[in-house]
Amino acid sequence: MNKNRLLDLTFKYGAIVVIVGVFLFFSITEEHFLSYGNITDILRSIAIVTFIAIGVTISQIVDGFDLSVGSTASLATVVAAALMVWYEQPLYIVLIVPVLLGACIGMLNSLLIVRIRIPDLLATLAMMYIIAGVQKTFTQGYSIYSQMLMPDGEKAPGTFRDSFLWIGQGEIAGVPVPVLLLIVTVAVVHILLHYTRWGRQMYMTGGNREAARLSGIKVNRIRLVAYVLSGALAGFAGVLYAARVGSGQIDAGAPLLMESVAAVFVGYSVFGAGKPNVIGTFFGAVLIGILLNGLTMMNLPYYSHDIVKGTILVLALSITFIHLSRRKA
Amino acid sequence: MQPALAMNNITKSFPGVQALQDVDFTVHAGEIHALLGANGAGKSTLMKILSGAYTPDAGTIALDGQEITIHSPLDALRHGIVCIYQEVDTALVGNLSVAENIYMDHMSRKGSGWLRWGRLKRDAEAVLQQLGAQIPVTLQVDELSISQKQLVLIARAIVQQTRVVIFDEPTAPLSSEEAARLFAVMRQLRDDGVACIFISHRLPEVFDICDRITVMRDGEVVSVQATSDTSISDTIKDMLGRAFEEEFPKLRVPIGKELLRVENLHSGQKVREVSFTLREGEILGIAGLVGAGKTELSRVMFGVDRAEQGSIRMHGRGHRFTEPFQAIREGIVLVPEERRKQGILVDESVRDNLTAPSMKKFTRAGFLQPQLETEHADRIVSQLGVKTPHVQQKVGHLSGGNQQKVVVGKWLPTQAEVYLFDEPTKGIDIGAKSDMFKLIGELAEQGKGIIYFSSELSEILGIADRILVMCDGRIVKQLTREEATQDAIMYYASGGTEEL
Repeated sequence: MNKNRLLDLTFKYGAIVVIVGVFLFFSITEEHFLSYGNITDILRSIAIVTFIAIGVTISQIVDGFDLSVGSTASLATVVAAALMVWYEQPLYIVLIVPVLLGACIGMLNSLLIVRIRIPDLLATLAMMYIIAGVQKTFTQGYSIYSQMLMPDGEKAPGTFRDSFLWIGQGEIAGVPVPVLLLIVTVAVVHILLHYTRWGRQMYMTGGNREAARLSGIKVNRIRLVAYVLSGALAGFAGVLYAARVGSGQIDAGAPLLMESVAAVFVGYSVFGAGKPNVIGTFFGAVLIGILLNGLTMMNLPYYSHDIVKGTILVLALSITFIHLSRRKA
Repeated sequence: MQPALAMNNITKSFPGVQALQDVDFTVHAGEIHALLGANGAGKSTLMKILSGAYTPDAGTIALDGQEITIHSPLDALRHGIVCIYQEVDTALVGNLSVAENIYMDHMSRKGSGWLRWGRLKRDAEAVLQQLGAQIPVTLQVDELSISQKQLVLIARAIVQQTRVVIFDEPTAPLSSEEAARLFAVMRQLRDDGVACIFISHRLPEVFDICDRITVMRDGEVVSVQATSDTSISDTIKDMLGRAFEEEFPKLRVPIGKELLRVENLHSGQKVREVSFTLREGEILGIAGLVGAGKTELSRVMFGVDRAEQGSIRMHGRGHRFTEPFQAIREGIVLVPEERRKQGILVDESVRDNLTAPSMKKFTRAGFLQPQLETEHADRIVSQLGVKTPHVQQKVGHLSGGNQQKVVVGKWLPTQAEVYLFDEPTKGIDIGAKSDMFKLIGELAEQGKGIIYFSSELSEILGIADRILVMCDGRIVKQLTREEATQDAIMYYASGGTEEL
């Protein structure tokens, strides 16, 4: 009985307690941690991964999985950079094309998963490698930066526009632009998921696809929409990445996949939701951001970050699955 | 004569159900013995005890007079008791060869660990030849037909020196030629002194092949007779026993014009050349044994599975639905058999379940209107008498009968004209059952057409205006309410073809 209560409490408040605990720990041990600059730094650093994680949340809601989001973000980054530096396109093209590209990848994923019925993990695993390969082939393995030297010896014609960089680096009233974008997006997606017909249908499709279909819900269309949104959000995350660092790094999105999946699963146990939800995902990303920031201050080398992220994912998965199997029993 | 197998005073109960009560069952060496009974009579439970899947609460099992204990399927195998289940694939390893499958039990317990391929193949070939089966032993089992897979299982039983073989509905998936070949093999096993137990819903073939017949009903044995001393109609009487245990008042409703016409519908093995019509206010019963194709027919009509041929005419146009939402748009709705898996979303609230098919009605400018939904749900809950503390309750926490009311209730705002009910009383208590019948009667009164799919004959007889009997995917007989009896339905449902 006591043990059960403890597990319930862990599931309900565990994630929040850990986040607050970690925050307090670093506030006390690191003198520079608790400053306005550092807090906005943390939020800025998680903005990109959280956009991807929102996409992962949506595909999880319909009981799907999208492993290709990291590569999609990579592709979007270099495409955005190339549109500016190589092709000198106007800002709106630079913003729209990568997002559309992400949406198309989502469409392709859903074709493989919904029509051809390849298991989602396998289909998106294959897509992940294809897109990563396309991205590297497109740039011939080089990262793209302003007035870069092209293989033919000429200089690239374009530069990163200031208006574009403002999206990743600018501030409005002291709040970084990416953080504002993030908060707005989390709010909008939360409202869509919980107060509209589409959101309800997504949760129903994910909860029991067969029963949802037999209630007249167009489950295939719902799943298609979910994968398209997931791809488009990853595409936008890629644009944000390019704007943040001011260049088109190849493989920029690769490490973001695991981080975003970890954020989603931490989100399962925020406030005991027990299912994927954007608010939880946001807090999951915050937890990872705080940990990495604090540990870096404690001189944890960057190459060991994956250990931290992986451990968070394992812990979040453990809590989620212990909870799920207990509920079934 | 000492029977090869003697099960004595077998008793078994499950929470709330007395499945078997003092059952005696004996089979002699060299006989084919039929075990018959309607759904829920206890024959599966008895066979599961014999094959080690269940342990009995009381009673003894003896082989050749020697008492044995069976605690697991492995125990049963060691004593030479083999069951050929209907789902042959669960017992075979698809990506191994025929020869390896035949000698699987040998390979898993004895020998040096090395395979002697030459001997394995020669031995396997010899066994199959003995059965008169032409199956290349190096073929992968995946590539065989169902009847060939059965033969592989029988060959595997032979190499284990089996004493007792249980054939659990082996002919259901077979063509008549394949069934005839299986019967030849069964006769051969009998002549070799094996005790064969044969379970089948098809009475003509039971009378064709079996030496003796044991009939069970409600967990007890009601008769044991030599086949030559009884007849199909007597056997049916034994299986059904007293008629009507429950009475449900039927509302008399005037029957109106044609609503729906199914023409030559065909889908896989389970729905073949089905044609019928349905009128306003009519309750059409579709009766048949488990596995006759009733569920499949309801799924094809609702667009869950695809029809290969034929059409469903409604509103003057022919349709072949590929998704349920298309059927719903035309006014056909389904209350499916597997309530928890298909009917309700167990993790969602009563309210959200009730509005799931008609969410558009509760949406303004894209946003759901929770208070409209709640008002609607409150209305349906009180109209149908759903027992729930409030409409925010998770449906998974309601009783079976109340869940079923929610499944019906979710269709009420859709203005559906044709309601399909597939075994709607499965797992619900008697009170909820009579509520369900009342509700169906009221729907008919409003001019809806009702199709009631069930293997519970007393329910069909109680509620239907007209009855179609299904067997092996076909509609084999149409009976009016007046001419239908349990015996007649059972006769046609179990493969009888003559006029009674």
